[in-house]
Amino acid sequence: MSGGALLSIRDLRVWFRVYEGVAAAVDGVDLEVGRGETLGLVGESGCGKSVTAMSILRLLPSPPAQIQGIVQFQGVNLLKLTAEEIRKIRGGSISMIFQEPMTSLNPLLTIGEQISEAIVLHQGLDRQEAWQRAVDMLSRVQIPSPEARAREYPHKLSGGMRQRAMIAMALSCHPQLLLADEPTTALDVTIQAQIMDLMQKLREEMQASILLITHNLGLIAEMAKRVVVMYAGKVVEEAPVEDLFREPLHPYTQGLLGSVPVIGRKFQQGRKQLQEIPGIVPSIFQMPRGCRFHPRCPRVMDICGREEPPMVWVGDTRRVLCWLWH
Amino acid sequence: MAFPSSKEELRKEKMQDSDRQPNGTKGASESQFRKGLAKLLRNRMAVFGGILILGYLVTALLAPVLYPGNPSAPNLMRSLERPSLEHPLGTDELGRSILGRVIYGSRVSLMISIGVVCVGLLVGVPLGLVSGYYGGKVDFILQRITDMLLAFPGFLLALALVAILGVGINNTVISIGISMVPIYIRLVRGCVLSVREQVYVEAARAVGTRDLKILKRHILPNVMVPIIVQTSLGMGTAILFAAGLGFLGIGVQPPTPEWGAMLGSGRGYIFNSPHVATFPGIAIFLAVLGFNLLGDGLRDALDPRSKI
Repeated sequence: MSGGALLSIRDLRVWFRVYEGVAAAVDGVDLEVGRGETLGLVGESGCGKSVTAMSILRLLPSPPAQIQGIVQFQGVNLLKLTAEEIRKIRGGSISMIFQEPMTSLNPLLTIGEQISEAIVLHQGLDRQEAWQRAVDMLSRVQIPSPEARAREYPHKLSGGMRQRAMIAMALSCHPQLLLADEPTTALDVTIQAQIMDLMQKLREEMQASILLITHNLGLIAEMAKRVVVMYAGKVVEEAPVEDLFREPLHPYTQGLLGSVPVIGRKFQQGRKQLQEIPGIVPSIFQMPRGCRFHPRCPRVMDICGREEPPMVWVGDTRRVLCWLWH
Repeated sequence: MAFPSSKEELRKEKMQDSDRQPNGTKGASESQFRKGLAKLLRNRMAVFGGILILGYLVTALLAPVLYPGNPSAPNLMRSLERPSLEHPLGTDELGRSILGRVIYGSRVSLMISIGVVCVGLLVGVPLGLVSGYYGGKVDFILQRITDMLLAFPGFLLALALVAILGVGINNTVISIGISMVPIYIRLVRGCVLSVREQVYVEAARAVGTRDLKILKRHILPNVMVPIIVQTSLGMGTAILFAAGLGFLGIGVQPPTPEWGAMLGSGRGYIFNSPHVATFPGIAIFLAVLGFNLLGDGLRDALDPRSKI
């Protein structure tokens, strides 16, 4: 796994110095994305998924954000690059798709202008060539009559169309890694499926890797090969996707999976109601001692409140951060 | 379809369909402009303001045609005459035609106000952009300076600057211009603060766009509307300030015909010859009114939320 990794993150820590104190949004995250692989990154809102993605491209405003650790991409530590070097990576070999397609396009520029901007920047084509490429990208993301759409302003496009345009923009320079931060959250279900199919297809065609960030477990099951589960700034479990769904090891993952509604199977396995994980995510300024999940954990033990659990490997492919497996 | 990875392939493709060319964007932005214009034309007050300003512009441009004589040449034999056919607005204390001086005064006033907003725009807009976009220490320092400048009422600040720089038309422009800079800085910074948080700015950064280009292409166009409105209102304010300085005798110096200075010198004759002070006063009033009405109209027309 480690040999062929395109991106490997080691002990990534991100904290924000704000008025209320120091907020450690990401606290020692390790993860790897192999070539051509789709890695799912799941967790509740506020567990540090997006911050992890943003710190890969160093898009967080600093100050207040401070980043520590190693983000190794193709043998280069991105955190050590100069501002100019990282700028060349952005949109070049790593690009990003954002959560809100409605606001991620500039209302005053046409779709074509915005897509060709990145192409001019990274591929050194002139404006007309870049425009041609932009139109081509639009047709590749299955936007009908791409010639006309390219000349239109974002307000004329629907949410799904805009997200397609964003994907076209992100893929226009053949990135090796695509950071997809909740790419379908704002879209309705049928469009979600189309967009994900499209991303999967383009990933295969372009031999790219995807880091798919989402809280939608269904999406993960469909798209990802491996899953990393985050909770309160830490990786709590990592497993191949089938293993994770068949037998989640961490009580948090079990809770997450238990809280997914299964349509038409209401009384499955003797449970009558949709399960929920009791309590809420702890405040970022007041992390509980010991295991961060212990106040909400149904299988809490004495040691959980006292000491932080170490990361334990279960077999070759799975790891879990829990005293139960120690 | 194969991905066009090399320039050659792209060129080939382009040659094949060279008839469908890019940059059909002009039509779209033009129509947006037309939409705004149509909205503006439906607003009667704004149209009235626009006509007033157009009138002043024409007057200023055609001043030598409208008044062929020298507006500054005194004729003491005919001082303080009431309005007549020969001098429709009467004459001042030195016997100069008030009509001629009001006409030529529109040149001076418009020139000053254009100069003033240029100073304000050229200095204030870039500083506001930088301050809002980069934040941090740069922002802090710029904003404290802005606070200091804004602590003075605008006219007082211009007055103090004239006291330092000295009188004359250039110094009037610079002084009033500087007094407007903090207004632009604040305005632009405030707008940038909201625009820079937009996802499309983040998206532009995520594709590796340079800061300067982000400011130019993504942020500036999105803060243009308030700048345009402020510029129109600022023209009115500039005329008023310049007239104020002229009135106090520390702005544009005689014999240059300037409305404020005319008002100032006419003040002494207000009881016996009220026309001397009245007509330049009306000229100032109408010019400022015009710019303010147009500014308000522009604000309504360019605001995408208003549905007038």
